[in-house]
Amino acid sequence: MKRFADLHLRVPLEDQTRTESMIQKASELGYTMVAIPLPLQPAKGLISQLKQVCNDTKVDLVTRVNLSPRNPNELLHSLRRYRRKFEVIAVRCHTKDVARQAAKDRRVDLLQFSVTNLRKRFFDQAEAELASQALSSLEIELAPILQLTSFSRIRLLSRLRKEAATAEKFRVPITLSSGATDEKLMRGPRDYSALTTLFDLPMSSALKALSENPRVMVARNREKLSADFVAPGIRVVGRKAR
Amino acid sequence: MIKREKRRYLALEVAGDKPVDERSVLDAVQASVSRLFGEYGASKTNLKLMKYIPGKRQVVIRCSHIMLEQVRAAIASIMELNGETVAVHVVGVSGTLKALSKRT
Repeated sequence: MKRFADLHLRVPLEDQTRTESMIQKASELGYTMVAIPLPLQPAKGLISQLKQVCNDTKVDLVTRVNLSPRNPNELLHSLRRYRRKFEVIAVRCHTKDVARQAAKDRRVDLLQFSVTNLRKRFFDQAEAELASQALSSLEIELAPILQLTSFSRIRLLSRLRKEAATAEKFRVPITLSSGATDEKLMRGPRDYSALTTLFDLPMSSALKALSENPRVMVARNREKLSADFVAPGIRVVGRKAR
Repeated sequence: MIKREKRRYLALEVAGDKPVDERSVLDAVQASVSRLFGEYGASKTNLKLMKYIPGKRQVVIRCSHIMLEQVRAAIASIMELNGETVAVHVVGVSGTLKALSKRT
């Protein structure tokens, strides 16, 4: 049985009741892992409080941060500062320079692009080639497909079709996430994978993008963030007591 | 000999505050299918309402098995029912009503 993950559950952190109900809903829908975007400086106790809620609902919490740098230098500065504090780092690429820098930096996990301004979606072949070497994933949020109507949805689907084909061609992992801000925007993993038929992503790739790809990414990052990690494939197995 | 068309039964659960009637759910699914796949696509789905379970807010519909994923996509994209914001979840899919009732 596949274990599904939603790597972008945008819970309202200021409203604890709604936060709990959204995490509960995610568990009911069949997700066993959720990533919640946190502020850059999370309040004391916020993460432990969220972990408690997730433990109660048998969901694995992943800490995530969304960076929106204005230029490549700002991105590098933010990565140096926050990489070791969060399990998943997503970069919203507003400019082409930022997109290229994010795609080639191994510290970036997810590449995000605007869903309303399609001119700011910079995921082309060059971007895909860089991303495939650096193991960054293309994140596709599915809530906008539900929210947008008529022509804006048509244009978004058309763009996503091209990007999904490019990602498949260059073997860039795709991560599907809900991006839901409300319970009414949340759907089960099988429903989300059915939605991807709208932009011609094969069902097997869609299921992989909701289960295997996010899980592999989180496992890799957790290993890197652990105190025993030395280098890829090398870790401390025991320490001598002084 | 003409092959008999295979069908799939889907149990849908409507998440919302107000009570719903089965006809409006089917209308919403049909409208969503037409919006996403056009009249040609809608004609291939062969949607039919099978039963309604008010206690569970569940509706069982039937569709052609070749259009199952398209129907699921259309169901997932329903955001409004009778002017109220709702989410419609597919809680089970099966080839027979009997197996579906065991699953849901």
